[in-house]
Amino acid sequence: MNARPDAGVALPSGCVARLENVGHAYGKVRALDAITLDFPAGRMVGLIGPDGVGKSSLLSLIAGARTIQQGHVEVLGGDMADLGHRQSAYPRIAYMPQGLGKNLYPTLSVFDNIDFFGRLFGHDRRERERRIGELLKRTGLAPFADRQAGKLSGGMKQKLGLCCALIHDPDLLILDEPTTGVDPLSRRQFWELIGEIRKGREGMSVIIATAYMEEAARFDWLVAMDAGRVLASGTPADLLERTGAPDLDATFIALLPPEKRDSHEAVVIPPRPAGADGEPAIEAEHLTMRFSDFTAVDDVSFRIGRGEIFGFLGSNGCGKTTTMKMLTGLLEPSEGKARLFGREIDPRHIEVRRRVGYMSQGFSLYSELTVRQNLELHARLFGMADAAVPPRVEEVAQQFGLADSVDTLPEALPLGIRQRLSLAVAMIHSPEILILDEPTSGVDPVARDGFWRILADLSRKRNVTIFVSTHFMNEAERCDRISLMHAGRVLVSDTPAAIVKSRSAATLEEAFVGYLEEATGTQAETAGTRPVPEVPEAPASRPGRSGTGRSFDLRRMFAYTRREALELLRDPIRATLATVGSLILMFVVGYGINMDVENLSFAVLDRDGTTISRDYVLQIAGSRYFTEKAPITDYADLDRRMENGELSLAIEIPPGFGRDVARGRHVTVGAWIDGAMPTRAETVQGYVSGMHAGWLTQKARELYGDAATASAFQLDIRYRYNPDVRSLDAIVPAVIPMLLLLIPAMLAVLSVVREKELGSIINFYVTPVTRLEFLIGKQIPYVALAMLNFGLLTGFAIFLFGVPLTGSLPAFAAAALLYVTATTAMGLFLSTFMSSQIAAIFGTALITMIPATQYSGMIDPVSSLQGVGAFIGRIYPTTYFVTISRGVFSKALSFADLSGAFVPLLVAIPVLLGLGAAFLKKQAR
Amino acid sequence: MRIANIYNLGIKELRGLMRDPMMLVLIVYAFTAAIYTASKAMPETLNHAPIAIVDEDQSPVSSRIVTAFYPPYFTAPLLISQPEMDSRMDSGTDTFALDIPPNFQRDLLAGRSPTVQLNIDATRMSQAFTGGGYIQSIVSGEVNEFLDHYRSKASLPVDLDLRARFNPELNKGWFGAITDAISSITMLSIVLTGAALIREREHGTIEHLLVMPVTPFEIMTSKIWSMSIVVLAASGLALVFVIQGLLSVPINGSITLFMVGAALDIVAMTCLGIFLATVAGSMPQFGLLLMMVLLPLQVLSGGVTPRESMPIAIQAIMFAAPNTHFVMLAQAVLFRGAGLGVVWPQLAALLVISALLFAFSLRRFRQFLK
Repeated sequence: MNARPDAGVALPSGCVARLENVGHAYGKVRALDAITLDFPAGRMVGLIGPDGVGKSSLLSLIAGARTIQQGHVEVLGGDMADLGHRQSAYPRIAYMPQGLGKNLYPTLSVFDNIDFFGRLFGHDRRERERRIGELLKRTGLAPFADRQAGKLSGGMKQKLGLCCALIHDPDLLILDEPTTGVDPLSRRQFWELIGEIRKGREGMSVIIATAYMEEAARFDWLVAMDAGRVLASGTPADLLERTGAPDLDATFIALLPPEKRDSHEAVVIPPRPAGADGEPAIEAEHLTMRFSDFTAVDDVSFRIGRGEIFGFLGSNGCGKTTTMKMLTGLLEPSEGKARLFGREIDPRHIEVRRRVGYMSQGFSLYSELTVRQNLELHARLFGMADAAVPPRVEEVAQQFGLADSVDTLPEALPLGIRQRLSLAVAMIHSPEILILDEPTSGVDPVARDGFWRILADLSRKRNVTIFVSTHFMNEAERCDRISLMHAGRVLVSDTPAAIVKSRSAATLEEAFVGYLEEATGTQAETAGTRPVPEVPEAPASRPGRSGTGRSFDLRRMFAYTRREALELLRDPIRATLATVGSLILMFVVGYGINMDVENLSFAVLDRDGTTISRDYVLQIAGSRYFTEKAPITDYADLDRRMENGELSLAIEIPPGFGRDVARGRHVTVGAWIDGAMPTRAETVQGYVSGMHAGWLTQKARELYGDAATASAFQLDIRYRYNPDVRSLDAIVPAVIPMLLLLIPAMLAVLSVVREKELGSIINFYVTPVTRLEFLIGKQIPYVALAMLNFGLLTGFAIFLFGVPLTGSLPAFAAAALLYVTATTAMGLFLSTFMSSQIAAIFGTALITMIPATQYSGMIDPVSSLQGVGAFIGRIYPTTYFVTISRGVFSKALSFADLSGAFVPLLVAIPVLLGLGAAFLKKQAR
Repeated sequence: MRIANIYNLGIKELRGLMRDPMMLVLIVYAFTAAIYTASKAMPETLNHAPIAIVDEDQSPVSSRIVTAFYPPYFTAPLLISQPEMDSRMDSGTDTFALDIPPNFQRDLLAGRSPTVQLNIDATRMSQAFTGGGYIQSIVSGEVNEFLDHYRSKASLPVDLDLRARFNPELNKGWFGAITDAISSITMLSIVLTGAALIREREHGTIEHLLVMPVTPFEIMTSKIWSMSIVVLAASGLALVFVIQGLLSVPINGSITLFMVGAALDIVAMTCLGIFLATVAGSMPQFGLLLMMVLLPLQVLSGGVTPRESMPIAIQAIMFAAPNTHFVMLAQAVLFRGAGLGVVWPQLAALLVISALLFAFSLRRFRQFLK
């Protein structure tokens, strides 16, 4: 297979991409195996093949989103392994990854999403507005420009994704299953759009992976793949001719290796036995679901008999999923009733759930469990006996073609196989009702047929009721009855044949589109007669491209800044938590950390009981530091009360104390301090020694007169900077640095790790943005937020806590700016190691909290620390900002005095950002 | 059957944790290196307190005083000039500066009671208090010893025999190790359950669970038991191998009793984690909420500074926090060797708080799932 399989076919002039001996593996799984292939330029090239044969891997390699492991990939006349070429090629390539809206930002509006991409490619404002306006008009998204991307329907998301991809006039457009999960009407509109755009840009090459064979039939050139290898390539007509098959579906099956081909047979669903309709399995009566601002499902009623296959069709976002969720009890209908097996749905009724299998639209299984573990877990949760679980798992894995991947993690599997796993999980407990929400989205034709054979079997042989939604017309035709839904209402409900007949249409798709157009009144627009806005002649000089070659482009950087800032603004809770939260923390910590040790509990074991002994005790009891508790009765009492922590100090006065003191005999008073808390114990030690000495002086004066006690010298203690020794004055200036570390670092870490976890990091991989632009761009909004925080905290410290600020405020603000830049940079650096948000949160808390509270001089000076802690303290930026903060608040210092502490902060920023850029990966593995 | 669900879901949680190697590394780090480093970094009582001396006398008595300061309590004192003193204190290089005036010895012998000035950087609260006292007694000791050669002094023969119990050398590292172990326990318990719950929601897996025959009670209990076991095992191992073994902190009491307290505290914290997750809309919000809860818990539970010195209002609020009781219990059991008879009120408080938090979080969790 290494030789080009299409050697006999004439290649069109020029190639947009050439692959030579390309291989790719994920761990032990080989996704691509020595692929050698040329992609003709200026054509629509389709990649077809079953799930998991390496189509997506191939596309991401061409797009430059993945590191090339083996072989040679040449795109647009250069080597994609070469960073220099990639940098110049990125602006000419557009890549839309698999999955609905995977590379979009759900909280940003439609306009802002496209705008972000425009900025990344360096268009100026006028250019962007012109292009966005035009793209929105063409895609029909113009009325939704302000809607959040996350709230769009699947079809609209894909159109938006396309807008984002097309904003920079790419020469090569790479689309990975762009229409998977999109309804027929939107799909039709989508392809019309691509057609129009290609008309406007003659030279543009398009490479598309698709699961829809009827779409593939319209492409110029097809590549059929299987098991990481190329089976055949050529024009659709070529392939049809070569295999002698009637249509592409059949062609594709004919191209498969014999062992796979043989297992395939056409789906035949026997008719339902007459009189099967007894008690209905599912009944819906006037179901209505209203969310705050719109009605998702509006007065929907139907009855589904036992063993019936009932299909649900409709445009994206028409309420299919919501209806299904109401039937499973996940949502409670606003109005109307739903019954399963004649019993009204009660979310608390566990028994009914056992009889129902549900498969939701998105993949919602545990990605951290292997295929087998997922199956086993669900089998057990549905209450299957332990002994029955392994054989059942084995059986289902065989049935769904999962046998080869039972020990793989779902994340390593392609979409189609994951869908099969979801379905397998929904059926593991042999339910009587199956509710399947677009179960075959993204599944290849062979697997889909296999899947429908199972459904047919379940329905006809085991009388399982199946309620299924789909976008595939050939699947809808297999249902006993179907409902067409649009905008929350059911348009028509009947057998497929009757529906075709009622519209006197040739196919079900035609009938379906007819109904939809009638409902939306868009007929004039969709039939290709929509007024094509004057196709923009791509200006000869591409104005936006000027900055793309530069290694550091401010516009690209600010694109990320703006996007991050918008996201922050759209999530006011986060910003509020960050600001108000730090004020609360300052309040709590400022009052809570109190170094003035007071109200210490003590008790006396007075074995003397004379006036002198009571006088001694009074000396301690009278001070504000100590509170006297009930006297100690004996040693056992003393032990018990010290053990449970009731007493911090116990004093024992020996018998005959008064007498011995009076006679000048040597006598010893015993004092026990609770050493469990050393800091407190030290303070107690100091207090007690001082009071003892004080008492002695006083007694000596009484006994020997003043002369005897005149001390030899005076020690004049001056508490500088904080003459009243107010704990607050010492702590508050140290709390500000701590808070300006913890919160900005946490936000910065999550901003990157979140993109990694949710998938939008791909935009960083395939656009000309450099690592530094990405990091600094993301950092700026958090630096701004942190500076706002700084202002609030400082104001709070001065006006609410009354901590006087004696030094230079400009110096303090300048230092704060450097410091928060360093702390956010630290967060970005940490983010390069983390791939899950959980680890990021825990790791950041761990790495910031302990050094900030213990090694940065907040309580113990850094010079007194030892070992690794001392080392961390010396390199930690917080240490230096604590020095500056205390210097400015308490010591009346200015720039010149603090220059020594500025230097480490200035050094920390480039070091941290440099490390972050060095460890950040620009391509996926 | 229900027990089986709780068991199976819990096993799933544990398997999920195993798939996050970074998280495992962090857990190990939190309970080994973090505790070890923090404990070793803690100065033992007054350690290397930076001191400088301005000796304007240059007499035998002044040099006596200078040589009386030596490590490990103090740094070897630096002899500086008076103008240097201010700038060094400003930059925070020295915490203490002792100024011995000219003609100190002459005035001393003449009985004129000269004045030595001690400057203390009061922004360094911890050293300022203890160090001040030490310096005072060191200087007095040296001066008195010097004077004893010249004259005798009448004094009362009353000694104070001060002894610290439970930690005779007042080794801060002992206490620091336990405090850090406790804060790791708190942090981990909240993150493991809370963040895992948000992750399930962000990935849509929680919805999937709800169509299966499992109840919210089972889901929540499974998360609590599985994550509690992880944290409990980690803290037990850390106590035996790191704190008792590597750091040789003597443990006076019963480890079992401590572990029972730890288990109750962990249950309370995991419930708190679930509660926070139901409040936070997204992971970044959870991260911030975590900081807002963690820091007060750590600082105000009595592990860092003594509870009795805090304002009454804070003491009262913190009485509702499980950490407070757990810190008390840990101190009593591990250092003071207290038994069940002594710590039962803390155990009871932990039990009540855990039960309340569990009930409260379960209610929130049920609403959250709707």
